Amino acid sequence: MTPRYDAIVIGGGHNGLVTAAYLARAGRKTLVLERRPLVGGAAVTEEIFPGFKFSVFSYVVSLLRPEIIRDLELPRHGLHILPLESTVVPLDNGDYLGSWADPDQTRRELARHSPRDAEAATLFGRLMHHMAMAVRPILSMVPPDPASLAPSDLRGMLKFAGHFRSLGAERFHALYKLMTMSSADYLDEWFEFDPLKATKSASGIIGTFLGPRSPGTAYVLLHHYMGEIDGAFRAWGFQKGGTGAISETIARAARAHGAEIRMGAAVDRVLVRHGRATGVVLEGGEEIPAPIVVSGLDPRRTFLELVEPAQLPGDVVEGIRRFKFRGSSGKVNLALSELPNFTCLPGIGPQHRGAFSISPSLEYLERAYDDAKYGEFSRNPYMDIVIPSMIDPGMAPPGKHVMSIFVQYAPYNLTGGWTDARREAFGDAVVDTLCRYAPNIMGAILGRQVLTPLDIERTTGLTEGNIFAGELALHQLFFLRPVAGWADYRTPIEGYWQCGAGTHPGGGIMGASGRLAALEILGRPG
Amino acid sequence: MLKTTPFHIRTAPLVQGQAWRRWAGHAVASAYELVHDREYAAIRSSAALLDVSPLYKYLISGRDAARLLDRMVTRDITKCRVGQVFYTSWCDRHGKVIDDGTVSRLGDGLYRLTSAEPNLRWLTLNGAGMEVEIEEVSGRLGALALQGPLARAILQQVSPADFTALKYFRLVETSIRGVPVTVSRTGYTGDLGYEIWVAAERAVPVWDALIEAGTPYGITPAGIWALDMARIEAGLIMLDVDYHSSHHALIEAQKSSPLELGLDWTVPEEKGPYTGRLMLRAERARGPAWRLVGLAVDWVSLEALYAKAGLPPQLPTAAWRVSTPVYRDGAQIGYASSGCWSPLLKQYLALAHLRAPHFAPGTGVRLEVTVEHQRLQAEAQVTPLPFYNPERKKS
Repeated sequence: MTPRYDAIVIGGGHNGLVTAAYLARAGRKTLVLERRPLVGGAAVTEEIFPGFKFSVFSYVVSLLRPEIIRDLELPRHGLHILPLESTVVPLDNGDYLGSWADPDQTRRELARHSPRDAEAATLFGRLMHHMAMAVRPILSMVPPDPASLAPSDLRGMLKFAGHFRSLGAERFHALYKLMTMSSADYLDEWFEFDPLKATKSASGIIGTFLGPRSPGTAYVLLHHYMGEIDGAFRAWGFQKGGTGAISETIARAARAHGAEIRMGAAVDRVLVRHGRATGVVLEGGEEIPAPIVVSGLDPRRTFLELVEPAQLPGDVVEGIRRFKFRGSSGKVNLALSELPNFTCLPGIGPQHRGAFSISPSLEYLERAYDDAKYGEFSRNPYMDIVIPSMIDPGMAPPGKHVMSIFVQYAPYNLTGGWTDARREAFGDAVVDTLCRYAPNIMGAILGRQVLTPLDIERTTGLTEGNIFAGELALHQLFFLRPVAGWADYRTPIEGYWQCGAGTHPGGGIMGASGRLAALEILGRPG
Repeated sequence: MLKTTPFHIRTAPLVQGQAWRRWAGHAVASAYELVHDREYAAIRSSAALLDVSPLYKYLISGRDAARLLDRMVTRDITKCRVGQVFYTSWCDRHGKVIDDGTVSRLGDGLYRLTSAEPNLRWLTLNGAGMEVEIEEVSGRLGALALQGPLARAILQQVSPADFTALKYFRLVETSIRGVPVTVSRTGYTGDLGYEIWVAAERAVPVWDALIEAGTPYGITPAGIWALDMARIEAGLIMLDVDYHSSHHALIEAQKSSPLELGLDWTVPEEKGPYTGRLMLRAERARGPAWRLVGLAVDWVSLEALYAKAGLPPQLPTAAWRVSTPVYRDGAQIGYASSGCWSPLLKQYLALAHLRAPHFAPGTGVRLEVTVEHQRLQAEAQVTPLPFYNPERKKS
């Protein structure tokens, strides 16, 4: 039987869709198989309550690679990113710390709390620009294996080394610090105002089972600075229609190039014959042959569930078993009858069109982590709150609102395990925390969706509910993502590839893994 | 002091950065907020409210009203039905554009002309001997543009008219919260949108009604900076930026014909006598020497120019209006007259005047860009206009 498809992509998450779009663009007959009735994986928009739409999991965008936007002509297919301009941090003394779209306004606001930090912020911003520039080429590079003598790896290492040499001593040292320090220590070198450090360090703990004082978190901080919108680093935006609309946009681009996308098609396993992938078997038993099979799922599912561990070398199996997921975040989505009225900045104003960060102090964040370290969800969690209906009124009925609350920490391995009651208790902790800063919320909730890491795992398939398909820890990055020797999107099974965020460069709605995987499959240099 | 518009009492307190622009002797907001991203985003995502009152407006009535306009403008006004609006240019007898604007047929023998510059003298000259009354109503009428995908939903909240039935470039006489208004489905953004014409003394309650009803729909007052980006995406030209009125041009080279400006569609092949007809007919037969086209700058090429300087591409946050040379095969073949980065299309766009035969869509040209004080050239491609043309504009 001649296969109808040149390639099958398992999983219609955004990376799988990107891979499919690039393969189809290169003329490969490509089929995407998605278990759920909608594409997107963790980037989906769903109407959880009638009239109220939510970016259920992933909720903002900045990391999506500009080359993907251009190559796939995503604006033509519906990409529409709206500005998300401010962040307000309510403080424990009743005041607030704001950061606004206008740099003068932001400087004046910060100077109110610390004139020294207001000046340092400009220099810090410049350094982070250089750091983002320094890592930018790496984002579009297939990781070379430093232990390998293969010409392609040697070439890659030379390029890599040459790039770092070109940074110069000062920037190289700063980058080294970023790669090794804790975000709290790193920020201590720059700033004195604790809530500022807390809020900036929060970027360093997202999706990670570490606290702001844990070494390695400074890198995660950088990961959140690498995003660029219209040439500006560290610009976060909101996709019109929610993050699901990004997935649909990529899906439209893939279809326009001829890719086929089947929903409600869960893959049971990859067919392997004589060490070579030959197709997939769906859960219903249907076999679909193809010479190339690409998994967009996370490393555990890719290596240990879709294929038999016996088909892989023992050290790879061991390496993947040790790959850390440790989901640490949850999500609470609220349907609201009115906007939150924050006591620190009363009334309705421009602050509602940006983010609210519940990160009043470093100690607050570290204590939130302490709870999680010992198997509890944070009683006083870190929260990143946005009100998408203020940016795109189409997300809620006129005059009503939706609120998206990213919450950390909620450990996957909760002591005693997650139950419905524990989930609701977690939701209560989030709402109670919010109500301390915006008391009117309690009476404004029309609907509440609480998602624990277990719920994230059950719905999206992300192991242990880790939002990055595996922690962004230093020992799991670049040529070690997901495991030494197999960071180039290949697997030990010929014809079986990986394209998910469990490969370099990792999580967020970035698409870089999906693109690099496709370029490798097509045998082209990135 | 500059004149203010009938909405000034409402708009002035909203202008956070004292960013005002002169428009026909009036002060209008360049931007309301300190950063105008959101005002631009509203045009494409929800709804923007723009004060366009400084437009010149003339009421033309009488038995010969249609005859006057038909003689003056390029479009065939005899085909304009009551309730219809025509966009048109008008030319001198050499077929060079004097101005462009809209003609609205408000009733039998009753028209309103809008223009960017004063045209009372030209109207009067053209109407000599006709039974026609020409009245300038610029100061007596306030005008608001409500533009964006939710514009219709907002209007429907405050006015009894059926806006789903109001087609593109049609108008309706109706009311907004009891205030008589004319609403035309027109605008300068290339999006779904309406323009609202109201007596100056009753203008403020209309603004208030729209803001109040529009707030749940994300209505956002927007200034000229946001409008300028949207109109470039829509491929709409601006007098004194993309061309000069033949009445003001000091030399022939500063004048443009409608064919050169890409307004062929406003110049019917079959129409009775009108000012400039003979010259335009001849020009059409031989093909225009220039053409206003869209240019899309190639990102990779732009990025490479900046990378040499160690920078990521520095993109303009607002539209620019500086004449910028365009080259092909080492020789200058024209100039761009305005341009912007389109946050929506993720493309660097420009409107450019190119000489024949370099203006065919797909032609590769080079646009001058200044990178760190160095004049360099980025690759660009001639692109059909409009750059952005959503279905909702006409549906």
